[in-house]
Amino acid sequence: MSVLVFIEISEGTVKKTSLEAVSYASGIDSAVTAIAFGQADEAALQSAGAAGATKILHVSDAKYNEGNIQAYASAIAKAAANESADTVVLANSSLGDPVAARLAIKMNASLASQVVELPDTSNGFTVKRSIYTGKAFAHVDLTEGKRVIGIKKNAASIKEDGGTATIEAFTPDDQAGDFKVKILSQEKATGDVLLPEAEIVVSGGRGLKGPENWGMIEDLAKTLGAATACSKPVSDMDWRPHHEHVGQTGIKVAPSLYIAVGISGAIQHLAGVNASKVIVVINKDEEAPFFKAADYGIVGDAFEVVPKLTEALKAINS
Amino acid sequence: MKILVCITHVPDTTSKIAFTDNNTQFDKTGVQYIIGPYDDYALARAVELKEQSSGTITVINVGEAETEPTLRKALAIGADDAIRVNAAPKDSFFVANQIAAIAKEGNYDLIMMGRESIDFNSGVVHGMVAELLGIPCLSPVMTLDIDGTTAKMTREIEGGKESLEAELPLVLGCQEPIAEWKIPNMRGIMTARSKPLHVVEPSDDSARTKLNNYELPAAKGAVKMIDANNVSELVDLLKNEAKVI
Ligand SMILES: Cc1cc2nc3c(=O)[nH]c(=O)nc-3n(C[C@H](O)[C@H](O)[C@H](O)COP(=O)(O)OP(=O)(O)OC[C@H]3O[C@@H](n4cnc5c(N)ncnc54)[C@H](O)[C@@H]3O)c2cc1C
Repeated sequence: MSVLVFIEISEGTVKKTSLEAVSYASGIDSAVTAIAFGQADEAALQSAGAAGATKILHVSDAKYNEGNIQAYASAIAKAAANESADTVVLANSSLGDPVAARLAIKMNASLASQVVELPDTSNGFTVKRSIYTGKAFAHVDLTEGKRVIGIKKNAASIKEDGGTATIEAFTPDDQAGDFKVKILSQEKATGDVLLPEAEIVVSGGRGLKGPENWGMIEDLAKTLGAATACSKPVSDMDWRPHHEHVGQTGIKVAPSLYIAVGISGAIQHLAGVNASKVIVVINKDEEAPFFKAADYGIVGDAFEVVPKLTEALKAINS
Repeated sequence: MKILVCITHVPDTTSKIAFTDNNTQFDKTGVQYIIGPYDDYALARAVELKEQSSGTITVINVGEAETEPTLRKALAIGADDAIRVNAAPKDSFFVANQIAAIAKEGNYDLIMMGRESIDFNSGVVHGMVAELLGIPCLSPVMTLDIDGTTAKMTREIEGGKESLEAELPLVLGCQEPIAEWKIPNMRGIMTARSKPLHVVEPSDDSARTKLNNYELPAAKGAVKMIDANNVSELVDLLKNEAKVI
């Protein structure tokens, strides 16, 4: 068995969820090849070595910098064939998922997405995956000889004791149809912690009354090195950008710590945050349903509690 | 313009998820079924596009007879006709294969669906359909405008969005704010009864995964309440008990 991992580069570094995918793959087989597209220096790529990759294929052709779904799928299929890899692992993301779909067809492979732990290979190849937006799991047999596995955040912890990987330049075959979609521009919040990757998330709801009150949420987030998020009505009303909306119809997050401020805890909101390890709820209504899903709760006015919490955190940091 | 909108028939977002038969069957007791919320966005945008120019909207579902009320609802919202591929969906590949076969016959300019279903959340059927047809697919698409044979779109990426342009035909996985959900009106509901709903048999029976059984997550422990005047206690608990900061 040989495993290939698609790793995503963001701002010159390998994304954390991709490092999890590498470490996940090294739990399946000791020989793990990673494939990366875009600008990253050797030191950055070697973070995948530390996570368990033995070889890294690097596509540095600038044409591949932007996340071209079809071109990536073709390149990964070629790399899988070259490496005789029967399993491709990647992290679920807005790039990983569409690439996985096309790749599974190209490879005639079984596909599993939202996988939460290492496969059981005692009798075939069975994965445990999240379904019903985190409300249940399914155990699924991947019946084909080849497989594509999309893993959910926290499916594996990142190893740091791997070795140094050999890095090879990789040249995909350009398929005529692969660059038909023109990417005109990309807008990305730079420097901020990416929400799907964040270890701590501070999230605000309609209880914050208006966009002008997000300063205290940002202060708290900054103090914790956290990403900011929001409930659906908040992004619907344009108080916050859409990519911060978590829940059933938004981003699904799985941080170690999720702090919900002025969010009632509707079942659709919980669906996007129920994979968090620890949930803190701050709400002025002691009957708010979110308290039932929380580990720690404070009944109180956000406008008083949040600044106090930020102060208390600053105090222990200094 | 010919648009095909793929509709999932899924438990309402407030449903209690439970299983029977030794965790091998989904428990449908008391569960209300709806059009997948993301598919509902796709359908709403398709109806707007049709209103702006002209064309037809066909909705498709791969499912057994129980899904027909969901397809009728899609007809009430504004689709012209419906196709039900008469089979219990086995996995993403199985479903994608059926949709691709219908799409090939129908020569659609746009194949739209939700970014993911809310039962299995895989978010891969659109990509598979596109690969089977050899055309581009974009997801999750947040805005869509058609200018002649060119589609202009924005797609959500981590921490932001990108603007894209591609020629039709295309497959799109949609999410808000592409359009607002449409609630069927009385006239829509009346006319939906007489709109055609074709039932066809699956073109290919193969699947590439097999579901063994389900599992529910472990129950959460009780919440620990902290006094609003004592936030340093929360900081202490997060640091020393939960060890997350
Ligand atoms: C199909 C479907 C999909 C959906 N998908 C999502 C989704 O993905 N994500 C999502 O979030 N929602 C989703 N929703 C909407 C969801 O049902 C709720 O309406 C929404 O989550 C409520 O947002 P909220 O908690 O911010 O607002 P509210 O429910 O209005 O809650 C505001 C809370 O703030 C508290 N509050 C008010 N003032 C203060 C104060 N000064 N200090 C502290 N607390 C205060 C109130 O007590 C209240 O609990 C979906 C709904 C449907 C039907």
